[in-house]
Amino acid sequence: MGASETMTPAAREPTRERAANYLLERHRFGWAEALPWLIAIAAFFVFPDRMTFGSQVLVMVMFALSLDLILGYAGIVTLGHAAFFGVGAYTVGLAAARLQWTEPISGLFAAAIAAGIVGFISGWFLLRYRGLTLLMLTLATAILLQETGNLRSDISGGYDGLPGLTFKPLLGIFDYDLYGHTYYLYALAALAVVFFFVRRVVYSPFGQALTGIRENVRRMHAIGSPVHWRLVTVYTIAAAIAGVAGALFTQTNAYVTLTVFDFDNSAKVMVMLILGGTGRLYGAFVGAAVYMVLEDYFSKLSPTFWQFGIGLVLVLTVLFAPRGLLGLFEKVGEYFTGRKHS
Amino acid sequence: MPHFAIVAVSILFDGLAYAMFLFITSVGLSVTMGLMGFVNLAHGAFAMAGGYLVVTLTRTLGFGFVPSLVIAAIVVGAVSVVFERLLYRRLYKSTDLEQVLLTIGLAFMAIATATYFYGPIPKSVPLPDWLQGDVNLGFRYFPSYRAFLIVLGTALIAVLWYGFERTNIGAKIRAAVDNRRMAESVGINVDRLFTLTFAVGSGLAALGGGLAIQLLGLSPSFAVLYLVLFLIVVAVGGLGSLKGTLLAALVLGIFDTAGKYLFADAGGFFIYAVTVAVLLVKPAGFYGRE
Amino acid sequence: MTAALQVEGLNRAFGALPVTRDVNLTLERGARRALIGPNGAGKTTLVNLITGVLKPQSGRVVLDGNDITGTSQAERARRGLARTFQINQLFRGLTVIENLCMTIGERDGHCNNMWRSAGSRRLVIDEALDHLDSLRLTDDALKLVRELPYGRQRLVEIAIALAQKPRVLLLDEPAAGVPSSESHLILDVVAALDPDIAVLIIEHDMDVVFRFAKEITVLVQGAVFTQGTPNEIMNNEQVRAVYLGQESHRGGRQGMHHG
Repeated sequence: MGASETMTPAAREPTRERAANYLLERHRFGWAEALPWLIAIAAFFVFPDRMTFGSQVLVMVMFALSLDLILGYAGIVTLGHAAFFGVGAYTVGLAAARLQWTEPISGLFAAAIAAGIVGFISGWFLLRYRGLTLLMLTLATAILLQETGNLRSDISGGYDGLPGLTFKPLLGIFDYDLYGHTYYLYALAALAVVFFFVRRVVYSPFGQALTGIRENVRRMHAIGSPVHWRLVTVYTIAAAIAGVAGALFTQTNAYVTLTVFDFDNSAKVMVMLILGGTGRLYGAFVGAAVYMVLEDYFSKLSPTFWQFGIGLVLVLTVLFAPRGLLGLFEKVGEYFTGRKHS
Repeated sequence: MPHFAIVAVSILFDGLAYAMFLFITSVGLSVTMGLMGFVNLAHGAFAMAGGYLVVTLTRTLGFGFVPSLVIAAIVVGAVSVVFERLLYRRLYKSTDLEQVLLTIGLAFMAIATATYFYGPIPKSVPLPDWLQGDVNLGFRYFPSYRAFLIVLGTALIAVLWYGFERTNIGAKIRAAVDNRRMAESVGINVDRLFTLTFAVGSGLAALGGGLAIQLLGLSPSFAVLYLVLFLIVVAVGGLGSLKGTLLAALVLGIFDTAGKYLFADAGGFFIYAVTVAVLLVKPAGFYGRE
Repeated sequence: MTAALQVEGLNRAFGALPVTRDVNLTLERGARRALIGPNGAGKTTLVNLITGVLKPQSGRVVLDGNDITGTSQAERARRGLARTFQINQLFRGLTVIENLCMTIGERDGHCNNMWRSAGSRRLVIDEALDHLDSLRLTDDALKLVRELPYGRQRLVEIAIALAQKPRVLLLDEPAAGVPSSESHLILDVVAALDPDIAVLIIEHDMDVVFRFAKEITVLVQGAVFTQGTPNEIMNNEQVRAVYLGQESHRGGRQGMHHG
């Protein structure tokens, strides 16, 4: 490419068009994106007696999706994401048990706001740090919230939790049914709304800036990006969404205990996301679904075997499939189509 | 003696014993993380393995408690080298996240294995007579076991301090922690140094695990439950610092004990509150770099 | 007229080691100044102090008459101070055009927008392509940065700095690491920079320096050794001794520099 490359304006046009189109095309909905939703709806008809389990899968998909914003897109590693899940879960739980507020949809909003506030405050303080320091601070935050709940176990129900919660019918019409049908569709609708919102954020200029922060934060500072504010913003959004997931958890289980804040929960959602593949939105779907199904099957067979298996899967994933299952699919796809993706 | 003084002394004594355990188990993690930047979340599993080895050695094979501790430390230290050579080495250049995930995966596998062989119920070990009962320190009786912990811990600190500060190898380790590239350029074989430190650190963890049986109880979930504590000690103390780990172990150990004594249920609070407070002010820990 | 950039009495030490000692430097609008000095003289450190990566222990940095000494790196960039790094700092996993769009987006505040698709900002894309055109990178627009040869990556580094529409531009060894077959690409770009921008270039290659610079600052052990026009510096015996040494620059000094 050494020779002088004076292109006439006319000759430059095709490249311009190609470049502009490339950027525009990427954000359109691909047909493959309909797949997870079709599968989710199909499951409703194919497995009508597993709908309570299905709701739990959808809850975890939402939870993993919220983590993808932080981990996959902004590149921040934390160990306390369960904190926001727990705040959301307890907002709904406490409202129902102590304030007799049992309207479900407003509960989701309240949970989002509460978790978002906690996310904003903790993010503003903690996101100045990285590495082990951030891991420990976020872990400690989740545990401190849990311990606070334990302190006032008279309010929170402690580790026994708040059982037997009931909720008003959705929109005044659709009531909870024994097979969890209503709640499955409700969770699916909530997930769809949240996902639509997350997808817009990720493909927006803001989302692009997040990728920039992940790829090269030094460069971002040098071009004038308000890095800390970007991170606090995405952290708050992710916290709010995790809160909605927690709220759904309480609503679909009619029960909440302090174990929602466990480190186990933070680790589990991270494993799901890694399994599916970070930074791809749909990694949350694949990872959470695969994990939950495998867990459901194997932990009934033998909890010990399940734990060993998930440990092994983690090790193998890190060694051989660092971009998760979606990454593997992509590789297979590349092999067949001969095209490389970024 | 006035009541509060008795309580204070009890807190100090128990806190000190607990701190010794924390130090012994965490110091290896601190040095290896400071030296190679490798996040090893399987460290708790090494401690657990040491504990279970001691259980088998004493109960099934009839060895004495103290010899079992020594054997367990050596065996786990040796085995850890195999892990380091075969597996960890491949991830030195990987991201923190990948190291976290790999080692957590190993920890899960270890926990499952322990559950398979030993079951989920906490195990105990037969202690020699001189470690049971109490020792009279003049104004009060203290459990002999904890006194033993304090004495052993102090001895180990002295040995480690000497090794770190006064020997050639210790100097090399400190240099490499401070600036690895420069250390390598003056001819220090950092890779071999790391294997050695890793082995010693894992051996110490195993020793800590063996000591923990009587102090805290040993079940398979020990590997993850106490991992959080070890990480906190390391983060608060500062990576790669012997002094830091000791100070953090003392501060956290005593605060945690005090919390549990004085506030029963709410006790767990303190150790995490202290952690947050320290890290917000000194993100690299007491003696961490930068 | 206010200088574009003014550095006054800047001091910085790492522990007991002073790396920047009482440095004064002025860049007028349209300046073309080269910063030269032996290895370890503290040239990059000075740039880091000016851009805000490091905080000085004393002294001031004034941009367009505004004291920016206490501001963050990002704030200085927003006020018109751009730099390139000695080793490329690019978004290697993204395409060239995305690197540019990101820069323009942050400059104009587009990146605060969370709702509209990044691809729909036609103006940004057009401007990005204009920048690529001027650097002859158009054909590489859709390539991933990490797939480009190092010389062209270096061009992207400069493109990003230019896309910030800076008033002051600090180039840290722009031709460093570029194979000699490609270095003319860089040099052509540097020669053709907007005359309004004040440019400070750290450089080791004397040919580049004499071709490009109207003024030269010589930095030795963190302090300004001397300043002057290229002719003055060339004929300065002390500079020769300290820095140029035995090595004469390639015969036939290109005495004409850009004026």
